[in-house]
Amino acid sequence: MSAMPKAEQDLGDMMRARLSGFVRTLRDNGFVLGLSEVRDALAVLASPVAAGPSRFRPALRSLFCSRHSDWVQFDEIFDAFWLRRGMKSATRMSGAPQKTPDGVQAAATGARGLASQQQADHVQRGEGTETVETGQTRREGASRADFLGKTDFRHLTDPDDLAEAHRLAERLAVSMRARMTRRMRARARGQRLDLRRTIHKSIANGGTPMQLVFRKRREKPLRLVVLLDGSGSMSLYSAVFLRFMHGVLDAFREAEAFLFHTRLVHISPALRERDPERAVQRMALMGQGTGGGTRIGESLATFNRWHAKRCIHSRTCVMIVSDGYDTGPAERLGEEMQALRRRCRRIAWLNPMIGWRDYAPEAAGMKAALPFIDLFAPAHNLESLEALEPYLARI
Amino acid sequence: MAVRRPQEKIAAEMVAVGYVPDRDLSTALWLMESLSRPLLLEGEAGVGKTEVARALALAQDARLIRLQCYEGLDQNSALYEWNYQRQLLAIKAREGLDADAVEEAIFSEKYLLERPLLAAIRQAKPPVLLIDEVDRADEEFEAFLLELLSDFQVSIPELGTVTATAIPRVILTSNGTRELSDALRRRCLYHYVDFPDVDREARIILSRLPGVDTALALQIAAMVGLIRKEELRKTPGVAETLDWAATLAGLDIRHLQDEPEAVYETLMCLIKTAEDKARMSREVTERLLGKVA
Repeated sequence: MSAMPKAEQDLGDMMRARLSGFVRTLRDNGFVLGLSEVRDALAVLASPVAAGPSRFRPALRSLFCSRHSDWVQFDEIFDAFWLRRGMKSATRMSGAPQKTPDGVQAAATGARGLASQQQADHVQRGEGTETVETGQTRREGASRADFLGKTDFRHLTDPDDLAEAHRLAERLAVSMRARMTRRMRARARGQRLDLRRTIHKSIANGGTPMQLVFRKRREKPLRLVVLLDGSGSMSLYSAVFLRFMHGVLDAFREAEAFLFHTRLVHISPALRERDPERAVQRMALMGQGTGGGTRIGESLATFNRWHAKRCIHSRTCVMIVSDGYDTGPAERLGEEMQALRRRCRRIAWLNPMIGWRDYAPEAAGMKAALPFIDLFAPAHNLESLEALEPYLARI
Repeated sequence: MAVRRPQEKIAAEMVAVGYVPDRDLSTALWLMESLSRPLLLEGEAGVGKTEVARALALAQDARLIRLQCYEGLDQNSALYEWNYQRQLLAIKAREGLDADAVEEAIFSEKYLLERPLLAAIRQAKPPVLLIDEVDRADEEFEAFLLELLSDFQVSIPELGTVTATAIPRVILTSNGTRELSDALRRRCLYHYVDFPDVDREARIILSRLPGVDTALALQIAAMVGLIRKEELRKTPGVAETLDWAATLAGLDIRHLQDEPEAVYETLMCLIKTAEDKARMSREVTERLLGKVA
């Protein structure tokens, strides 16, 4: 600590106010910052290193970032705050990778998009629904009318029924978890001697190990990674699935959730919120794709590149919920599915459209993905969700 | 008189022992020193995360204590262990004596085996403690680590509390195979180690392989930089670059463009899977070579 002068007193009030403003901005962008970080930051600013923003940038970055996504976002926020550059025109001074070009901006715009979609579930059906949905994420406004006509969830458009379905979806997820755990425990086998405890117990017998102590090997619990298609063509299902995922995340010790549209967003932190309503709202804040089209291949690539290593272990089931309408090239999707296949135990693809009469997987993307899928199942109603449980328990 | 800022001093020390840090990293190292916080390094395999700790230990003339994490790593192998064989012998030898006395004897310092974490806090001079691939260890271990990193003391039930004689400089590395807990992340400074840019990589080659001349080092660095952009399954790391540079220097090659055949044949230093090998065909290699100015 000796290298640091007494920090707090040496700094002008202006600087301290600026710093607290900066910290607030970072917190708004999902950084987890406590008092101790801020105190250390004050010490850094008061030290001779901090002769100007470009000088203390690396120090603050080390101090405030705690994961890669923070790391790539930091420069943009820093520039916007300290150098008063617009978020969009911010130029990077260091060579940080530009993996999320639309970090801050998109989070703001996306928020509006998804929030409106969520609201729609609670608004009475009719013209009202359409006005809420004129946001920029609703490019497929016209086709949605068709959808309403033939969807399996059509008897659920009444707000009360919808709420009930949401509740059931959530409860289903929780009960699935309960049953699966018990099965796993019964299977746990394999023992190994615990030397430390055995010796300790043997003291009383003059060093002869009479009573052996064993350790049980723990089984890896099944991990579930859900990738949900948040595009317009899926909008009627995604609301129910969000609730299902909320239940899954709440109940499974190990589960991760992602939402994709034009890009991939990691939504587990938001969905971990206990209260489902608030969770869905928080998730809305985390953003959804801007612009039209669903880039499944590209989103999967992002997943494979940045998240797969962390999310997937040897007992992982990846569950993709999508109708398979990819606006990107189908080969790309095929390639990424193949890469994903190599990593995980099972891939389940839930396609709500399988539940429709006369459906055949004709979409180019869906066809390209099919060879790599272990379970291709419908997910158009609660029953089909329930049918998943025996499958997952067997993995 | 030009006063060197502290992070520049650290950078110079690191360069002297063969590690070329970028400015962000030297700042992080300086912060680690002055705030006594652990430093968490993340980044892809092969960017030189472990090397940071090694170079830091060398530069500061401190002992490097390394704890390699793996699944199932527990306190027994990370912190301390009793020497059971000796204990059993001692019990036999003291047979007939008072049980309490025996217990006192066999749970003493003499029968204690130090493991890396305990060793790190019992040094006379602050060592560098490298906790490598912390993401491979279990969550329980992480929680335990967190406790150790904040108090720097360990309680051994049979022996009492051991307080640190010197606070080690702690570097943790993670490959991102598992999400680390927020608590651990918050406790640490963070630095994302990226592949070095062409300039820095060339400097790394020069500092490690003094026999290579500057022009060749720049070409090699540029070539490797291009290969990394080729979406390979296994992106070549800095160590691979050094291997390749040593090989090329050994073959007495002065200009990569002059010897495309030799370049293609030695690519096995960089390319480690059959799939990548197929992707880096002769044509691709020549195209990339063309881009290397």
